[in-house]
Amino acid sequence: MLKLVGVSKTFFPGTANERRALRQVALELAEGDFATVIGSNGAGKSTLLNVIAGSLATDGGAIMIDGRDVTKLPANRRAGLLARVFQDPQAGTAPHLTIEQNMSIALTRGRRRGLGPGVGRRRRAEFREQLAVLGLGLENRLKTRVGMLSGGQRQALSLLMASFTRPKLLLLDEHTAALDPARAELVTALTEKVVADSQLTALMVTHNMAQALRVGNRLVMMHEGEIILELCADQKRRTTVADLMDRFTSVKGQMADRSLLS
Amino acid sequence: MQNAIEQGLIFALLALGVFLTYRILNFADLTVDSSFTTGGGTAAILIYNGADPYLATAAGCAAGALAGLITGLLHTKLRIDPLLASILTMLALYSVNLRIMGGPNVGLNLRDGQPVETIFLPLKQAKLMASWQAVGILAAVALALTVVIVWFLATNFGLAAQATGDNPQMAVAGGISTDFTKIVTLMISNGLVGLSGAVYAQFQGFADVGMGIGLILVGLASVIVGNAILGTRYMALAVLGVVVGSVVYRLVLYYAIYWEIAAAGDMRLISAVLVVIALVISQSERLRGWAARISPFRSATIPEPLTAPELRAEPAEGPTPADPTPADPAPARPALVRPAPADPDQGEEG
Ligand SMILES: Nc1ncnc2c1ncn2[C@@H]1O[C@H](COP(=O)(O)OP(=O)(O)O)[C@@H](O)[C@H]1O
Ligand SMILES: [Mg+2]
Repeated sequence: MLKLVGVSKTFFPGTANERRALRQVALELAEGDFATVIGSNGAGKSTLLNVIAGSLATDGGAIMIDGRDVTKLPANRRAGLLARVFQDPQAGTAPHLTIEQNMSIALTRGRRRGLGPGVGRRRRAEFREQLAVLGLGLENRLKTRVGMLSGGQRQALSLLMASFTRPKLLLLDEHTAALDPARAELVTALTEKVVADSQLTALMVTHNMAQALRVGNRLVMMHEGEIILELCADQKRRTTVADLMDRFTSVKGQMADRSLLS
Repeated sequence: MQNAIEQGLIFALLALGVFLTYRILNFADLTVDSSFTTGGGTAAILIYNGADPYLATAAGCAAGALAGLITGLLHTKLRIDPLLASILTMLALYSVNLRIMGGPNVGLNLRDGQPVETIFLPLKQAKLMASWQAVGILAAVALALTVVIVWFLATNFGLAAQATGDNPQMAVAGGISTDFTKIVTLMISNGLVGLSGAVYAQFQGFADVGMGIGLILVGLASVIVGNAILGTRYMALAVLGVVVGSVVYRLVLYYAIYWEIAAAGDMRLISAVLVVIALVISQSERLRGWAARISPFRSATIPEPLTAPELRAEPAEGPTPADPTPADPAPARPALVRPAPADPDQGEEG
């Protein structure tokens, strides 16, 4: 479903501030794969998602989604294939539009938008049904402006907006990091539910190793722009947080040695 | 007074255009000052040369839309900042407007001793200018356009345009070509401004190359006053408020002069002060809360900034780790504090 070949991204190339955020990253997700992504700050996780979504252009390599080469496609034209939820609960919704209007924009993601009504009776019924899945009572607040919702509610809504249209690929970038633990838990549970229900292919960045091991069927660890560890479902089940920490420290050591030598 | 209301209703078309850019797109578009004249000048020169006044008015609208297209292209294709892109168009159009009119002004009262046929000629001949009948006709036009705009904003495309101004990051992630929504909305906006200019030129009986100078302030003041009166909670009321605001603005102006509180030349200053006060209120949470409390409409009466994180019912939850992702920063508001270049020699709009 998703295939990355030799994807690189360097910020400020050729200057003193040069940052190689992605180095020859290769990654393949089969349909229905749910991979968690971990790595220290600055490892390139967000850059990876931004490159896949098209909000950043790659310097080299190719990106395929559902068999289509999207490497050169601008972000808004990839939206028909993928949907994303950002870390910032404010980022995924339009605060001055109502819940149903936000849902309408999500529903028409990647389609041509004409002069038909944004929210008609049929759509409203569908939105109500979808919102009920969240169990937050939002289905009774269709005409509430999203800016009036709490961070947790907004993030749950963003998640629903990203998923109910069944995109080929769902990208989640630390989407629970800005929430308090209880709400983070709720949104994580919702994430697992919607991904399972709609059998989505998903890539979820998290800073919580336990969560990364618990959720999804694959795990990817990044460090300094490289994927340094990939676990399949079986391996994942047998791995503990301590194992991950060990792996991380040893790889870090190796990489430090390598850079000393070179 | 009817005359003031008539003017208010004609300038309401301009204010509706300003509403679309300033409130919906969150785009500080100063093209207005010249696209008004482009619309007025185009219609005037066509009418002067014998064209059908309604077709000429439509041409004025189209000319305004073209001006909006230029600003849109400068901003989206050449990545020029909104304010600067619109100032460039505005300044360049001054020369274009002179070319269109073939001189600094075009008279529309008499030609070869015959009255020129404008859309107002029937009213003039029936001695119905500055009458309630004329007010009624103009009000019907303004209300019809209000209905069209409210409808437009609720369409799929209209929602996309709203999202473009409200949260561009979300809009792009939702597959919206924000370049396209901006260009189209700028064209509609300046089309309305051009239409306003075309009608106003016929109303006052001439087009003048300076007729649009400072009108961005009039438009902003109308939007801000109108939204303060009718609120922004419901889109229909917000748009209607713009028309109301434009009429209120003209009436205030009329009575200020009538009661000799202010001279006609003071209005620019008063408009600018009014806009500054409204902007300060809309940017200060405390003042906004205070204004909302004393207002009869309670919630959301005072226009709030388009990106208002403080709208959230709960405080930010938990720590938000800093993330250097470019996609993260909240959409910036255009700086609108810089007023359009004022020309002290110009009387208040003719
Ligand atoms: N827009 C940007 N401009 C410059 N440098 C950036 C930008 N985005 C990310 N970086 C840099 O790229 C590296 C990877 O960042 P990021 O992908 O955000 O890491 P992560 O999400 O894993 O914490 C960091 O060194 C960061 O400073
Ligand atoms: Mg990150």
